[in-house]
Amino acid sequence: MAFTHPVYEYRRAPELAGQGEHRGAIVVGAGPVGLTTAIDLAQRGVAVLVLDDDDTVSVGSRAICYSKRTLEILDRLGCGEAIAAQGVSWQVGKVYQGDTLAYHFDLLPDSGHRRPAFVNLQQYYLEAALVERAQALRNVELRWRHQVVAVAQDDARVTVGVDTADGRYDLTCDWLVVCDGARSPVRRMLGLDFEGQVFRDRFLIADIRMTSDFPAERRFWFNPPFHPEHSVLLHRQPDNVWRVDFQLGWDADPEAEKQPERIVPRLRAMLGGQAQFTLEWASVYTFQCRRMRRFRHGRLLFAGDAAHLVSPFGARGANSGIQDAENVAWKLALVLRGDASSALLDSYDAERVAAADENLAASTRATDFITPKSAVSRVFRDAVLALARRHPFARTLVNSGRLSVPAVHRDSPLNTPDTEVFEGALVPGAVAADAPVAGPHGHWLLPCLGGDFTLLAFGDAVTTTDACALAQGAVPCRVVRVGGARPDALVDRDGLVAARYDGRDGTCYLVRPDQHVCARWRAFDLARVQEALARATARLVAPTPVR
Amino acid sequence: MASLITHPNLPAPDDFYEALIDLHRGLTEAQSALVNAKLVLLLANHVGDTDVLRAAMAAAREDVVVASPEDSP
Repeated sequence: MAFTHPVYEYRRAPELAGQGEHRGAIVVGAGPVGLTTAIDLAQRGVAVLVLDDDDTVSVGSRAICYSKRTLEILDRLGCGEAIAAQGVSWQVGKVYQGDTLAYHFDLLPDSGHRRPAFVNLQQYYLEAALVERAQALRNVELRWRHQVVAVAQDDARVTVGVDTADGRYDLTCDWLVVCDGARSPVRRMLGLDFEGQVFRDRFLIADIRMTSDFPAERRFWFNPPFHPEHSVLLHRQPDNVWRVDFQLGWDADPEAEKQPERIVPRLRAMLGGQAQFTLEWASVYTFQCRRMRRFRHGRLLFAGDAAHLVSPFGARGANSGIQDAENVAWKLALVLRGDASSALLDSYDAERVAAADENLAASTRATDFITPKSAVSRVFRDAVLALARRHPFARTLVNSGRLSVPAVHRDSPLNTPDTEVFEGALVPGAVAADAPVAGPHGHWLLPCLGGDFTLLAFGDAVTTTDACALAQGAVPCRVVRVGGARPDALVDRDGLVAARYDGRDGTCYLVRPDQHVCARWRAFDLARVQEALARATARLVAPTPVR
Repeated sequence: MASLITHPNLPAPDDFYEALIDLHRGLTEAQSALVNAKLVLLLANHVGDTDVLRAAMAAAREDVVVASPEDSP
């Protein structure tokens, strides 16, 4: 069944009749990042207005790979199940040189995770689900075909000029979250920097509809016989739609290559002369790797493609944008409630700029492998691919895109550095790992952590009195116990919570509202937890004294 | 921490050098370039020490004059 684009109703702004009031937060752009930000803010009790210059969801499938972390974020926002159920789950990638399998990777080899490594889903489905969720929230207002045409700020407020079919009006707000995409009109109208590099290569996306028994895997070919000297990527989407991405080279004519009479022969060469398919959508693109120098500009916070652009190889665009959204939402909610100063928003800049750099480095490295920029770079690339057939070490060098993993905010000013020894990956700054549990909120750990600060405590070390003190603190913190004798404690049914957290009796993890770890200890100490909470909300800037 | 060995370490230097030249006998320039690249990658993996590899890269690049700014890394 083909997707029918919804048309969201334009409504005349009350401001045009002299009504309306100053707002806490306005979001520009109703794409995946803007909608995620709005839903997250609204769930935290912040009334939010979203302005979009269009009245429907994305045209074309666009971003199609959503990571495990994105699904976990969407779970918290109330639409993870819808997306996971609709999408095509996958975790295996295969890389071919010519027609020979060079190697394959498994992105989620161990069990005990609620969500798969990735789901593939057309961006319009994601956006439609997010709009539906936003519409269900009383404190989200979506304004379609309200185009932002002017932005100005001073110490006290942001003023936003909006153009509509009925005329122009002004809004004011404390904070503006700018999620208006790669060409970000707001970024441009303010003349803000967007530094980086353009890659001299062109790619054709052809989304085709066909019935096929190809497995749901990511397949990538270097120099296949059906498309010599270039690369090809294949992904399965729902509705029997397949994404084929052909590398064309810099000299390709983008207009000519978009025509079906050019595309169909390429597909026939790949799929065989007898293959039955219809062309759904095609696009020829180039890409750039660049970012703004800072993501916070006073009362403006830039997120997603407006702030940073990567190549599509690695699915790091939409996924990192959704992580931006979740990073900014809890901080902005605390600031708007008066529970944190605006200094907390500087950590949005610090953390997400570092994350963008990680994504840019991964994306640039993949691009250098897929599109070698010099003769010697091409020789090394071919040498790696040739060696990969026989020698396992070379397979680790093959780079067809390193797929999105959530950034570890290792150097975040919100972290309390470890003073004790821990094994495993859950360092301060990492996303809390999911694991199967038995408890009042179902069968998985992450939903039990919820969306506030949470102290995950192994055993019975935290008394009821201490838990009350944390719950009533300046920034409330819930205690979730694992193991131990209390009836409300989670049961670590497969031992995977203890394994993934290196948890022993007494171990405590302080987890932020965005489910990133910010501190951990081998024994509970109320004062240390309170200090870490203050640091994690930018109410404490002094370095940790060494104990 | 291991450092790059630059004192003589090959038991039979002339034999090694002959084998290296022989390795390329009958190959086109493109094939030779590929074989050299594979050799670098195989040896790099065998060494497996980032500091040693970086020191070797720096030593290999030493005294090589960049002709124009566009060629610099």
